[in-house]
Amino acid sequence: MELRVNVEKRFIDAAMAFDFKVAGERIGLFGESGSGKSTLAGMLAGLVQPDKGEIFLDEECIFSRSRRINIPPERRRISIVFQQSSLFPHLSVKSNLLYGFRRCSPEYRTIDFATLVDVLKLEKILQRGVNNLSGGEKQRVSLGRAVLANPRLLLMDEPLSALDDVLKFQIIPYLKSVSEHFKIPYFFISHSLVEMRLMADQILVVASGHIAETTTAEQLARTRMGQSPIGYINLIRVTEPRRHEGLFAYRWGNGDLLISAGNDQAEALFELSSKDIILCKQHPEAISARNLLTCTVLNTFVSGNRIGVELACGGERLMAEIVEQAAIELGITAGCKLYAAIKAAAFRRLG
Amino acid sequence: MNGIFMLTFTPSDYEAIGLSAKVAFSATLLSLPFGFFMAYLITYCTFRGKMLVEVLINLPLTLPPVVIGYFLLLLLGKNGWLGRLFEAVGIRLIFTWKAAVIASAVVGFPLMVRSIRLGMEAIDLQLIQASRTLGAHWYDALLTVILPLSLSGIFAGSSLMFARSLGEFGATIIVAGNIPGVTQTIPLAIYDYANSPNSENMALSLCFISVILSLIVLIFHEIIGRKLVRRI
Repeated sequence: MELRVNVEKRFIDAAMAFDFKVAGERIGLFGESGSGKSTLAGMLAGLVQPDKGEIFLDEECIFSRSRRINIPPERRRISIVFQQSSLFPHLSVKSNLLYGFRRCSPEYRTIDFATLVDVLKLEKILQRGVNNLSGGEKQRVSLGRAVLANPRLLLMDEPLSALDDVLKFQIIPYLKSVSEHFKIPYFFISHSLVEMRLMADQILVVASGHIAETTTAEQLARTRMGQSPIGYINLIRVTEPRRHEGLFAYRWGNGDLLISAGNDQAEALFELSSKDIILCKQHPEAISARNLLTCTVLNTFVSGNRIGVELACGGERLMAEIVEQAAIELGITAGCKLYAAIKAAAFRRLG
Repeated sequence: MNGIFMLTFTPSDYEAIGLSAKVAFSATLLSLPFGFFMAYLITYCTFRGKMLVEVLINLPLTLPPVVIGYFLLLLLGKNGWLGRLFEAVGIRLIFTWKAAVIASAVVGFPLMVRSIRLGMEAIDLQLIQASRTLGAHWYDALLTVILPLSLSGIFAGSSLMFARSLGEFGATIIVAGNIPGVTQTIPLAIYDYANSPNSENMALSLCFISVILSLIVLIFHEIIGRKLVRRI
């Protein structure tokens, strides 16, 4: 998918001007609330008309003010998954799913109903009304409805914002299936850096109605680490849980991690803030932290008034952050050996 | 009136009851497509002069019904431009039950538009946007999303219109007259009885029927309205 946008839109209290070109399958639109992300999505889908400019999708002009081209939303083949799911309340789950499919020209129907129901695990709720679904089910149906319309681009406008943390990370694999299984390129819109890192390869950072930066999720997380009160969020995927001294011991890389918020599920995803990692030059004699990992420094970088330290630990990577004085005192350079101490309670379960 | 009140009806009373129901039903049916269209226009369309259209739609709410009747008389009469148009195709409106239908439709129109509009305004705009991005043309979205989700508003508007038509007097008497068996509805028959000596019992009987009919319509309105809200 290739998208070229050069549009302007003026509102009573704000002006927006987007000028960018992007190509890829998993693109993120990141920015604070009110920065213009949803307006941009609306312009792409044909729901908001720009005051001037042009939009090209895969070399096809879908909007041009000067050439008087404005392909209506129903012919753009750009579907949206909204934050509030926006399912049709008077229709069953099945009818909701088939709404776009029935209106899609047969030549574009590459995704069939049965496959979608299977991938999104919707079989058991097909005959139900949408008002009785849970938040996660609603979002899966909404996603399925948009995918079954067989769009050439899918816009996911903060689809996880209305869900709690546990549900959020249960839904993410389904959202990822859009690209992995159905091969539909998507724009993932969010103000959450963690969601961005899980969902997008390239990120367009939107600020005050324009694209402030084009970057990768990883780079964005590093850049923002120093200013962020939550630091850099390490996403820790662990397996093989077993109970150990009142905690859960998980397999992580070549070693184990002791985590207090674990459970017996075979796989789990935890987040760990870069602020919750203590670095030591020598092996501490006695320490209350239950995890003491031997690491090698891969590199260091400056982020605001913090130093980011990227570590290799037993085949996995970890990001820690320290103040500049600590980096000097520890003499941290690429390749040096360190110990990383992490409390078992510092891990927060995501899914 | 002496002693116990007894329901008493003359043959012309039965005709008045039947005609009232027929006029109210026809007026509601006639107004429905126009009411839906105007509500859609006001809710979803932006155009110059929109405020003026809204004011004109609501004008019958504030105008005395007699004034509306008089304007209709000028418009539909032999010398009125609409009256001449209908005369040309052999349709006479003035002093027929059709004129009573038009009078009721005009007087009750703002109530219908207002109710449907409230129903439409309650629809989440994202549902309509979702339908458009899923391949629905505007008329498809209108029929498959807006119409079914406005049903409670449509039903509320229709009930109010029906009830209002049952009680319509001022505009009807001017444009349709008060001809027993032809244009005499319940309110007009009550008016006749009120002006005749020793007719209190008959007048009260029709008042009672009026109250019963209105109650049935309003109860029906509440029941169906609640069912629709629960469904949606």
